[in-house]
Amino acid sequence: MKKYEYFEATADIGLKAYGNDINEAFENAGLAIFNIISDTSNITPLDEIEFEVTSEDEVSLLYDFLEELLFYHETEFMLFSRFDVKIDENFHLKAKIKGEEINWDKHERKTEIKAITFHKMAVKKTDHVEVQAIVDL
Amino acid sequence: MSIKDEIKKVRDNVYEIPGSYNKSMRASGRFYIADEFIDDLEEGAIEQIVNVACLPGVQRYSIGLPDIHFGYGFPIGGVAAFSLRNGIVSPGGVGFDINCGVRMIRSNLGMADIEDKLDELTEKLFKNIPSGVGSKGKIRLEQDEINDVLDYGAEWAVKNGYGWEEDLEVLEENGRMLDADSSIVSDKAKKRGIPQLGSLGSGNHFLEIQIVDEIYDEKVAEVYGLKEGMIVVMIHTGSRGCGHQICSDYLRIMDKAYKKYKININDRQLACAPLDSKEAQDYIQAMAAAANYAWANRQMMTHWVRETFEEVLGKSAEDMEMGIVYDVAHNIAKMERHKVYNREEELLVHRKGATRAFGPGREEVPEKYREVGQPVLIPGTMGTASYVLCGTETAMEETFGSTAHGAGRILSRSKAKKDFDADEITDDLAAKGIKIKATSKHVIEEEAPGAYKDVDSVVRVSDSTGIAKLVAKVKPLSVCKG
Repeated sequence: MKKYEYFEATADIGLKAYGNDINEAFENAGLAIFNIISDTSNITPLDEIEFEVTSEDEVSLLYDFLEELLFYHETEFMLFSRFDVKIDENFHLKAKIKGEEINWDKHERKTEIKAITFHKMAVKKTDHVEVQAIVDL
Repeated sequence: MSIKDEIKKVRDNVYEIPGSYNKSMRASGRFYIADEFIDDLEEGAIEQIVNVACLPGVQRYSIGLPDIHFGYGFPIGGVAAFSLRNGIVSPGGVGFDINCGVRMIRSNLGMADIEDKLDELTEKLFKNIPSGVGSKGKIRLEQDEINDVLDYGAEWAVKNGYGWEEDLEVLEENGRMLDADSSIVSDKAKKRGIPQLGSLGSGNHFLEIQIVDEIYDEKVAEVYGLKEGMIVVMIHTGSRGCGHQICSDYLRIMDKAYKKYKININDRQLACAPLDSKEAQDYIQAMAAAANYAWANRQMMTHWVRETFEEVLGKSAEDMEMGIVYDVAHNIAKMERHKVYNREEELLVHRKGATRAFGPGREEVPEKYREVGQPVLIPGTMGTASYVLCGTETAMEETFGSTAHGAGRILSRSKAKKDFDADEITDDLAAKGIKIKATSKHVIEEEAPGAYKDVDSVVRVSDSTGIAKLVAKVKPLSVCKG
């Protein structure tokens, strides 16, 4: 199974991430986000940040989770490449994310993400889980 | 049946979707677009005009401007005004980059004064004004200093040595919205705002050295202090992560509010709250704080532009007469008085990818420009011309004093990356005498001029329909991109 793929959106970029369960799909969505900003294969998982979020449904939780990633990227000045997500039945998410401080001599400089949008945002569950989001660039 | 079959032509380049198109519409939709492009207009954008026309308290028309394209919830290049009695405010009607805007700085320099120094000027501007993804500003704010930035905007910047007192006279809102209240702004937004103050960002934002290439209206150009051959600088940026976070915070709050207040919306991203609710009042204060952040940001860059010119050319900014022409906000919502039928009323006007274009006589226009209407700054894309227009009486009558804001994207970034090559673009621009500095090749490809609608056509439609009048065309000499 592919971890994630991108699709075209008028001005911006969309992502679909897959997983055997919702945790894995969210983790792969995190990876897809940082592969828009930089090249994740070149981000060493040195330092860890932990956070928790609670939302009212799975789609909102996806939004809040991805927004949280942008928040730590900008405020800690870090890029991330490892994501460990645990979601419980009350839409409560615990994440441990690993990465390192930005060093533009080492890391590829791609595109800034302004925000996550609700446009076509979805969490689809079949025999596997697919999550979808469009980011505003 | 396609929504396009419902469109009626009002006059050249002006179209309408009647309020009878669907029974939820509370106003008609109206848009300004070149007759030859009407077939290319995305149906999604027209549907968004209709969706906005369904919101409570919407007045007269839901408006699309010549650069309209599909946005999130509200179209980009859209204007909608709401009654204070039964209207709403929506963060989606302002956009993520609150007070994304444009500023122009003039000079008394000509090509001969900078020709030999253009490369050095460009390199130093690129160095002195941080840009690109993950760019930090050069200064470090103290934890509570961010509150002053949010509350006082460009006033804070000038007080702290960035620029001149007189600069404030020629900024929209004088660079400070009084509604702002930093105590309403989340800690997360402040944390994102602190390291990024004084940085340009990425994407379509830019800083350009330009030359005034053509004057269309001598009289107005003179009032604005512009003449052919003059070297000017244009800055296009906004409120950075701080504004994005404030928008996100309130999208979530409004997502609950519209359900609580039982407002019917056709798209989650039109989430909104009645103007008399606490949610709405809080958003307006937080949005104003983000707007102030953006004005402080552009003010700091103005200071560094002047410093760079001083350093390279060995003259003072005062001697080079580097005053500000104007500064416009093109993602914002504001309380303004407008005519609705025969009455004048205070309304909340949302401009998302739209520039205020107030005509002659309005008291919001700086005194020295009041007789001719406000300057309207329309940035082009990388390597293309930008324009100065002036606000008009027609804009006051028809579009709540608004006009287009730029070129408008037509190709997705991934398509642009496939279709264009950074080295070729750089060579093409060099052949036209335009130098480009960017933090990565990605941004050059994504922002290729071919990925955008032709800005020349956008301003022509604004001019021909009368919702702004052409004053001057400026051409880039060098471009700094994030």
